[in-house]
Amino acid sequence: MSELPEHASVVVIGAGIVGNCLVGHLADKGWTDIVLVDKGPLPDPGGSTGHASNFIFPVDHSKEFAQLTLDSQRQYEEMGVQVSPGGIEVARTEERMEELRRRMASAKAWGVEAHLLTPDQVKELVPFVETDVILGGFHTPSVSVVDSLQAGTIMRQRALDKGALSVSTWTEVEDIEVHEGRVTAVVTDKGRITCDHVVVACGVWSPRIAAMAGATIPLTPAVHQMIDVGPIPQLEATRAEIAFPIVRDMDTGMYERQNGGDMEVGSYAHRPILHMPDEIPSIAESQLSPTQLPLTQEDFDPQMEDALELMPELLDTPGAGVKHGINGLLSLTPDGGAVLGETIEVRGLWSAAAVWIKEGPGVGRAIAEWMTDGYSEIDLHGADIARFTPNQRTWQHIRARASEGFNKTYGIVHPREQWESNRGSRVSSFHARTEALGAVYFEAGGWERPQWYESNASLLEEFGDRIPGREHEWDARWWSPIINAEHLAMRERAGIIDLTAFGIFEVSGPGACDYLQRMVVANVDRPVGRIMYTPVLTHNGGFRSDLTVVRLAWDRYRIITGGADWGRDRKWFTDHLPDDGSAHLADLTSAWCTAGVWGPRARDILRSVTDHDLSNEAFGFGWAQQVEIAGIPTLMLRISYVGDLGWEIHAPMEHGQKLWDTLWEAGQAHGMAAVGGGVYGTTGRIEKGYRLMGAELDSEYNPVEAGLAFPKVKDAGFIGKEAYLRARESDPIARMCSLTVEDHTSGSGMKRYMNGGEPILTTDGGRIVDAHGRPSFVTTAGSGPSVGKHILLAYLPSEHAVEGTELLVEYMGEHYPVSVRSASRNGVFDPTDDRMKA
Amino acid sequence: MNVLVCVKRVPSPGAKIVLTEDGTAIDTKHLGFTVSPHEECAVEEAVRIVAKQGGSSTVLSLGPPAAEEQLRTALSMGVDRAVLLPTDGDEWDPRAVAAAITTAIRTLEGEGEPFDLVLFGNESADAGNFQVGIRVAYALGRPVVSGVKAIESSAGAASFHRGVADGFEVCEAPLPAVAAVKEGINVPRYPAMRGRIMAAKATIRHLEPERRTNGLTMLRLRQPVQEETETVILGSGAEAAPAVVKVMEQAGLL
Repeated sequence: MSELPEHASVVVIGAGIVGNCLVGHLADKGWTDIVLVDKGPLPDPGGSTGHASNFIFPVDHSKEFAQLTLDSQRQYEEMGVQVSPGGIEVARTEERMEELRRRMASAKAWGVEAHLLTPDQVKELVPFVETDVILGGFHTPSVSVVDSLQAGTIMRQRALDKGALSVSTWTEVEDIEVHEGRVTAVVTDKGRITCDHVVVACGVWSPRIAAMAGATIPLTPAVHQMIDVGPIPQLEATRAEIAFPIVRDMDTGMYERQNGGDMEVGSYAHRPILHMPDEIPSIAESQLSPTQLPLTQEDFDPQMEDALELMPELLDTPGAGVKHGINGLLSLTPDGGAVLGETIEVRGLWSAAAVWIKEGPGVGRAIAEWMTDGYSEIDLHGADIARFTPNQRTWQHIRARASEGFNKTYGIVHPREQWESNRGSRVSSFHARTEALGAVYFEAGGWERPQWYESNASLLEEFGDRIPGREHEWDARWWSPIINAEHLAMRERAGIIDLTAFGIFEVSGPGACDYLQRMVVANVDRPVGRIMYTPVLTHNGGFRSDLTVVRLAWDRYRIITGGADWGRDRKWFTDHLPDDGSAHLADLTSAWCTAGVWGPRARDILRSVTDHDLSNEAFGFGWAQQVEIAGIPTLMLRISYVGDLGWEIHAPMEHGQKLWDTLWEAGQAHGMAAVGGGVYGTTGRIEKGYRLMGAELDSEYNPVEAGLAFPKVKDAGFIGKEAYLRARESDPIARMCSLTVEDHTSGSGMKRYMNGGEPILTTDGGRIVDAHGRPSFVTTAGSGPSVGKHILLAYLPSEHAVEGTELLVEYMGEHYPVSVRSASRNGVFDPTDDRMKA
Repeated sequence: MNVLVCVKRVPSPGAKIVLTEDGTAIDTKHLGFTVSPHEECAVEEAVRIVAKQGGSSTVLSLGPPAAEEQLRTALSMGVDRAVLLPTDGDEWDPRAVAAAITTAIRTLEGEGEPFDLVLFGNESADAGNFQVGIRVAYALGRPVVSGVKAIESSAGAASFHRGVADGFEVCEAPLPAVAAVKEGINVPRYPAMRGRIMAAKATIRHLEPERRTNGLTMLRLRQPVQEETETVILGSGAEAAPAVVKVMEQAGLL
């Protein structure tokens, strides 16, 4: 191994699948002076890669995971370290069969070949499966097994061959030096390396290493148990490492994977067993390796019974026994996603952690792109380390959610599913009131936000005939018809909405205007009081965010963004502040509460609590004004995300309860209802065709495709401007469209309602993919109570993005007719915005 | 043929053995537990003898309640029943262990058929006192053979093979007898999954042992000075061959 150099452009800590793939891709991107250190030996330094089962099931409901996995499979294939025995997810319950049908839709959305099998068809492929205990299977022929250690060796060699890499094994990192918020050096037991960038790719040790620099990487080491059973003559006879498809026994949280003459049986069904990064044994202290801890047999006993039930003869072959078993350590995060990107605390310190073998090469490539170009081809906003709020970075939260999430590994997770553990920590100043109204809370950016109010069940008597029930439990899960009733009450009278989960930043200083001009697409050099809705772009012209900017004074602006986007936006805006100190950013999220009042009677209600002139002439749409309400100084913003007349009202957090009480009391005479996030985030929004960051908007789409390009381009330069100008020059390849479902009747006669994520198909059932290879799928689905339709938002290639086009959506194995109702930003309700501007 | 086999729960350490802060025990925070390879073979031998000749097998351990794990492993390999002499986890000296096991054997034998053969591992994996089997035999007044690498038994007698420098030494003894067996006597089976499940549900009998005092007292453990070793990479692929040959020549292997 090479000598440890004194300086490096980047030090990558950790030679597992991620660190190795990253150095290879960094070298491809032209980086030199890369140093890779690991405290263990090569090719297996003792981390989670060394005991990985190395199999890859490419179908995932998440686009981001599916894309990273498919890219990784392509890379493994190119390296020649992949075989594809196929894999079958078997179902023991009818509920799981439904989930497998849902997986068929995801497979189609991402372009992965898959088939549903009968129990007998499963047995044809895997003759030792007991058909009596299963109802069917989901077969993916491209399920593969890779040699992750060899892949790591190849990727390292790629960087070594370019002369771009030094590797230092048996090298323990002792400190990471930081100067004025920037990483400057890595101190090891073999010497100190000054450097500009450090990547923590240390898997289960990542929090410990990041802490040396004062940064947080929210993950916890957790146990995944597995055993090896053999020798089994039937497997030995194949003379292959793996000849039979891998079986995932989904309902028992287990898998069975041939490993030469043995069968590896692994489990995600046992109790969550968490460890602390500081307490993982050293290589010398470990019996096998630091991440292969002794099997705690009693945890695995129930799983063995399940495995024997599925493969009784094979696993009970005379002479076969449990040869080996481990409590293997892997990384779990609070939301199950990877933890990627530059840390929020230290510039130049990157995290590439909580990544599985199936995503390793894809993540290596994406991080190398991100570090080099400032963005990656695959949008990684869902994995961005900046997404975690401070309360989500606490050990209590990490451990609670990792424990809850572990058993969801093979679970059936509903798209709207909420976490149960560690709730109620971050609440708005309206909380006591919303709770008294029977709010059902969903989490948004670590906040508790009312999704609907049980006390509004009475509205169903009034509006029930306009609200179709959802007969199927899955369609109705984490949903209530009350949402639609709240929607209709708002559209007919008025609704009050708790929006305190918004992220709020204040930008100030003599350079504030110039700085914001560089950050956003809209022209922000507008009069004081003007509200500017604007895309925020990456350097390649895709969406980094979309948000609202208000000019409060010549040198002061407020930025309002979604709760879920708060962390990423805060980092993006902070990172780009001018070096000369002419503009400052203060995060006032926890200082301001926000209530929205919208609906045709909103003006009447608000007039009764303030003397301020709220007429259209004095307070027009798109303006913000300082308004006194019952002695509370507020900022009222005349905008709407639900398409109705009304205001967003910002007040200091400590005045929140009085503000709510004042508005609530005033609203009673007008039939105002408390309205939840079900309306604000879905039904009200999608009737208007409003886009949501992370759903319709991500870095793979530009404002022209999203229908959010402005008529004029400002003179000032801004991030992504060149790409934005290029995108405007020609017709978009795809357009965001609003579609409606024209017939909900399934084969059984039951009406079904899509939840989002489903593929949009041509009328003959063909997959729709645009010229850039991007598939058409439902980015948001929900009721449009005012238009009496179920609305789907989706990008469609231009030839399909024509109003009136008939297409299909696949849902749970069946096709339903849909119609393109709008191919522009206008949506399907009040497209001329008359209500909002009334 | 009724066979009793005695096992001891011991930690399964890595390359570096970590001691507790007071130096009186091995720090087992990160360690799994097992029995010595000799004892694993003794369990296998008991199962084989009973399978061949009929009768029943019993496994016994003196140790903390967690030692049930090792007893269940023996059950999953085919032993019929298990007995634990529970302790509070303290290490007992060989005299105390032998006395407690002797009492337990008398109790068990008093309830039914005597054990024709009592098997021990030649020595425990951790303390390595080489004493317990011999002390138990002496207390019971039964013949004992140690270092046993093969057992052939027939009605009333058994012959025991011991490995010596130039081959085997064969000892014959009347039954009941005691033997301390060594690794290599057989190749132990892997515990079957079905066996594991049955073992997990089996009832383990507890017999409260009495601790005899005045034996050896362990004061503390000390790490021997570790020999520093250095890894020298001789090269990779075919170009490493000359260097490998040179090392082998230096070692007198060529």
